[in-house]
Amino acid sequence: MEAATVDPLVFRLTIFVLAVFVGYYVVWSVTPALHTPLMSVTNAISSVIIVGALIAAGPADLSLSKVLGFVAVVLAAVNIFGGFAVTQRMLQMFRRKG
Amino acid sequence: MGANLSAVAYLIAGICFVMALRGLSSPTTARAGNLHGIAGMVIAGATTLAAPGVLSYGLILAGLVIGGAIGTVIAIKIEMRAMPQLVAAFHSLVGMAAVLVAAAALYQPDAYGIGTVGTIKGLSLVEMSLGAVIGTVTFSGSVVAFAKLQGMVGGAPVVFPGQHWLNLAIGVAIVAIGVRFVGSESHGLFWLMTALAFLVGVLIIVPIGGADMPVVISMLNSYSGWAAAGIGFTLENSALIITGALVGSSGAILSYIMCKGMNRSFVSVILGGFGAAEGVVAAGGPARPVKSGSAEDAAFLLKNAASVIIVPGYGMAVAQAQHALREMGDKLTKAGVKVRYAIHPVAGRMPGHMNVLLAEANVPYDQVLELEAINSDFRATDVAFVIGANDVTNPIAKTDPTSPIYGMPVLDVEYAKTILFLKRSLASGYAGIGNELFYRNNTMMLFADAKKMCEDIVKYL
Repeated sequence: MEAATVDPLVFRLTIFVLAVFVGYYVVWSVTPALHTPLMSVTNAISSVIIVGALIAAGPADLSLSKVLGFVAVVLAAVNIFGGFAVTQRMLQMFRRKG
Repeated sequence: MGANLSAVAYLIAGICFVMALRGLSSPTTARAGNLHGIAGMVIAGATTLAAPGVLSYGLILAGLVIGGAIGTVIAIKIEMRAMPQLVAAFHSLVGMAAVLVAAAALYQPDAYGIGTVGTIKGLSLVEMSLGAVIGTVTFSGSVVAFAKLQGMVGGAPVVFPGQHWLNLAIGVAIVAIGVRFVGSESHGLFWLMTALAFLVGVLIIVPIGGADMPVVISMLNSYSGWAAAGIGFTLENSALIITGALVGSSGAILSYIMCKGMNRSFVSVILGGFGAAEGVVAAGGPARPVKSGSAEDAAFLLKNAASVIIVPGYGMAVAQAQHALREMGDKLTKAGVKVRYAIHPVAGRMPGHMNVLLAEANVPYDQVLELEAINSDFRATDVAFVIGANDVTNPIAKTDPTSPIYGMPVLDVEYAKTILFLKRSLASGYAGIGNELFYRNNTMMLFADAKKMCEDIVKYL
């Protein structure tokens, strides 16, 4: 080991692997009754991919990548709004007796 | 906004998403969890909008308004019965968005700080390829799953000789092209790789039959997460990496739970071909006598019971019987009968689907129990009321090693004093096998439309 600095990729891999573990334990604690809302909310949050779309759609000049970015913004927005709204709608239905 | 501040904001967004999933451990905390998710999304979006490269907001605003309006309208209008289709459709959008972002990064790498056209870092190209390929597979696979669930194409598995070799060959081709793409940054190769991935997505979903749909949806959920993570690496964005990892592992766990609920190995589900014979009357031998009853008979048995366990299956949802069923349950509860609902892990068409359908019909969630929690109670139960379910009650899964469902966990309705089977006919379920319970002495078949029968029973209670 002679390199004094760690490649940033290693840091990102660290984040990734730790997040897989967090996900593993958190998801096992989800009650089976809420597995459908789990799927719809994971759907909504995976649309955080919109950050990439916003960067593509952000430059002032029109270009192919700006158009691709715009379409991706629309798709991700459908998912974000639709995903969170339908999750909320489902969760409202889960009520106790009385 | 400085790069360090942005990085912290993305981390906070990631934590919000963890909290959103954590909230789902109980229905009482779930709504707060969802709000955390929304907060995380707002933080991530706002941080990106404040980035130095984002200069023009007109198109972005238009995109958000269009997409937001479509998404909101769908979310309000969608029937709970159609949730599996909706989720499949949403997965396809995540997949497509991942591909578009990867392509945008390829055409304008300077916006993402990963180099300039022609000199993109090799590592970024690898990450980009992973995101694009997984995203495309998610997209086309979800479209096929959507079409199957929506009934636009037949749910029967499509199998042909050499199928798996073909998939393998295309997979190898994708890797080979990917290696050359990383070496050359050729846009043509990028799209060729994507086109082949599109084909793979279709080919891996077509052989999977209707009964395995819950696994398919969970699997695609997982893929959409890995695609997002791949793009997260390209964009060096921690919120995206964290989220991708969360979603990827969530989908994988759900796939595992669904496979276990059917006692199938993940590999055998992927290889497909299960559940070809659908709705066939159990073949072989002369017709055996069954006891069938009327709504009045059923009402008599139910109201004289001390405890009733209702076992709903997807057939209940098809018949839209959940509201009538809940009314029946309410009447019985009022009459002093202990009423509970037993849910098999694969009772619906996606994980947890039946719970949502019952919740929609205002069944209190504390009356709804999972298989492990309630299975030992059937012995002390007077009436098991099976509505629109079949295979998940079949005792053959415990006794006959040659049965296709052998080893699948089943609800022990056979131990109840009386079994009421509400079904339209003696046809078999998804697995294409007959159910011995129909012919038992303590079974009474109620041949009718599920909704009509529940309404009639209510009249006699």
